[in-house]
Amino acid sequence: MWTLHSLLSLVWAGLLAFGVLAYVLLDGFDLGMGILFLVERNDYDRDLMVNSVAPVWDGNETWLVFGGAGLYAMFPLAYSVILPALYPLVIAMLLGLILRGVSFEFRFRATGAGQALWDIAFCGGSLVAAFAQGLVLGGLLQGIHVRNGVYAGGWWDWLTPFTVLCGIAVVIGYALLGSCWLIWRTEGALQGRSRVHAGRLAIATLGLIVIVSLATPFLHPQYSARWFSWPGILLTSPVPVLVVLVGLLLRHGLRHQHQWTPLLSAQLWFVLCFAGLGISLYPLMVPPAITIYQAAAPTPSQIFLIVGAVVIIPIILAYNAYAYWVFRGKVQPGMHYH
Amino acid sequence: MSAYYLARVQFALTIGFHIVFPATSIALAAYLVTLEAAWLWTKKPAYLDVYRFWLKIFAIVFGIGVVSGLVMAYELGLNWSGYADKVGAILGPPLTYETMTAFFLEAGFLGVMLFGMKRVGPKLHFAATCAVAFGTHVSAFWILAANSWMQTPQGYKIVDGRFVPTDWFAILFNPSMPYRFVHMLGAAYLSVALMVGAVGAWHVLSNRQNDRARLMLSMALWLVLFGAPAQIVAGDVQGDNTLHYQPQKVAAMEGDWVQPALGAGEPLVLFAIPHMKTESNSQTIEIPRVASWYLTHTWAGTIRGLREFPRNDIPYVPIVFFAFRIMVGLAMLMLALGLLGAFLRWRGRLYDTRWFLWIAVAMGPAGYLAMLAGWTVTETGRQPYTVYGVLRTIDSVSPVGTPGVAGSLAAFAVIYAIVFGAAATFLLRLMAKPPEHDESGVPEAPLRSAGITPGPAGAVRPGAGAAE
Repeated sequence: MWTLHSLLSLVWAGLLAFGVLAYVLLDGFDLGMGILFLVERNDYDRDLMVNSVAPVWDGNETWLVFGGAGLYAMFPLAYSVILPALYPLVIAMLLGLILRGVSFEFRFRATGAGQALWDIAFCGGSLVAAFAQGLVLGGLLQGIHVRNGVYAGGWWDWLTPFTVLCGIAVVIGYALLGSCWLIWRTEGALQGRSRVHAGRLAIATLGLIVIVSLATPFLHPQYSARWFSWPGILLTSPVPVLVVLVGLLLRHGLRHQHQWTPLLSAQLWFVLCFAGLGISLYPLMVPPAITIYQAAAPTPSQIFLIVGAVVIIPIILAYNAYAYWVFRGKVQPGMHYH
Repeated sequence: MSAYYLARVQFALTIGFHIVFPATSIALAAYLVTLEAAWLWTKKPAYLDVYRFWLKIFAIVFGIGVVSGLVMAYELGLNWSGYADKVGAILGPPLTYETMTAFFLEAGFLGVMLFGMKRVGPKLHFAATCAVAFGTHVSAFWILAANSWMQTPQGYKIVDGRFVPTDWFAILFNPSMPYRFVHMLGAAYLSVALMVGAVGAWHVLSNRQNDRARLMLSMALWLVLFGAPAQIVAGDVQGDNTLHYQPQKVAAMEGDWVQPALGAGEPLVLFAIPHMKTESNSQTIEIPRVASWYLTHTWAGTIRGLREFPRNDIPYVPIVFFAFRIMVGLAMLMLALGLLGAFLRWRGRLYDTRWFLWIAVAMGPAGYLAMLAGWTVTETGRQPYTVYGVLRTIDSVSPVGTPGVAGSLAAFAVIYAIVFGAAATFLLRLMAKPPEHDESGVPEAPLRSAGITPGPAGAVRPGAGAAE
């Protein structure tokens, strides 16, 4: 039976999922580009890479603030259970994001050895943040031990082979997004190398998607019921098919040296994985026991916030699109980004 | 130390570090709007030079504000999940509105503001600067509404131990909100004015003819002249409000343990050492009746002393007491600086009086110190509550053990020390470089790799060219 509260809870879960997805699709290539500092060692190329996201990275990261604030507002119970349960991971993610965030400016201001150090901070921070995000995802999927509405597990509950696998998958997936972003926004040798990286990372990403997808259903009976039995299978079976089709599009884009189809298809992979997660989890918010409806804030809070959100979020999307449009085109040396 | 105290120390560290940067963004963005408007209006290049000078500083400050603010969005759940679960339905929505109406706006137009002058032209660029400045002020509204609700909560009911909103207007426009909003904006403006004035004075000292430096000093001193007294009045009015809603906080600020006898008036305690154990002060230096005047606006009024409140309902007095004196002392110095500057300007000696210029340089950090002291007064003065009178701080903490909180506190302390040290170095380096004709900016071209070690030919880094 649908009540206003359950309906708004579902709407808000959808909006926050959208926010997290937007974060992953956008900051994913930012972080991935930071991870690619591991292989792109040349100062000139690194400056170009950083310049390609300098005007937009703050906006990309704001989606993560939206996710945090929105979860706090609309699902306070989930917020207050998930964060203590995954405490060290979230702290590591935040510290990684701080280091790489300040490095955008600092690496241009520092001189000599300082510059190299801030490059390490940029790359290391991106890597730590991406890995921690993967662990958070894995930790959430495998379930959080809750008693009386409070986290009741230990320090290391989150550390399992499955979560480590998710961590690696996110790092590799973000690196793929980063290299596809560079294919779109750069040219010449850097673009050529990015195509090579993207090809290898795509194979690795696909492999990891398959392994994580095969492991997930065995974490929880609900997941396997959703994926392997009627009528869940109606919803779930198109997902793997679409993953394959998108993979073919990615291969086509790389082979024929397309500019933006590789990024689009890599992002579509993330969208599909995200959809798969949603199918597995619904109606759970904190597996194995807390549902979206149990975690949701009271109706007056939901109404107060939804009224603004339906007006403001489209406007946010519009001016963010404008910001991307202003800085469209290939990044070039002497383009006066910095 | 218990996880509870460590979590409090961690919150103080992370919020104290964070607040400096958005506060700077608020007032510096407003200053940049003024400068760009003046440039568009008068076409005088000096305004654009000063704009570009401070835009480079804005870029660094804003970036640190974003990432240190991200920490705040998650720390409430990490260390204060008891609090988050109980008040999320009330305080989450203002913070989400802050994200939607302010953070996205700022971040969305910051790129255009920093790098887009050539791409969008001066008028749209000015619109972007305005959008960023507007965003910073909207953000201040939401966060101060949320903070003020914790000080003077209303418009809620409690259901199953959780706060449930009943009247959003009452929640957002709670009794202390207007005072706190005005006082915080005043603090931000004064802090930035003093910083800009110090930088201007520094460069006037080395080159009296630098008209960009003189412009900075002049604009800053006008703001201090009118802003400092306005801020003192705003603070006094907020004090009245606090006296009404949080009497023990004011008693702690005044170091008043026992209400004076009828007609004796409230003394102004200039200095004392408050003792929690004996509930009294030692080494007291006081002026009779002066506090009556500013607290009750009479010569004989008195306020309730701390001993009249239950022992477990009062804050730790020494911190509130000394932080208040630091804030007020600095405010008096700012007032004096503004008046002195006005006098010298009237005598036509503003740019020649070297001792005054040195004082202006020394006053550079005064606004930030006063702001941090002021927040210390209002936040530690609210203790032992997170939601004043309703939810205790001890009931707000997460079920996270001491090793976890201690470890994360140590990690934050180390990383923040590194980031703050580096930021201070880079910002001071940028400030120490004289503002020049055709000042290079982030938008025009890049000082980022310029002027330090010109690389070998053919190895020019992107964006390095035009600045040399």
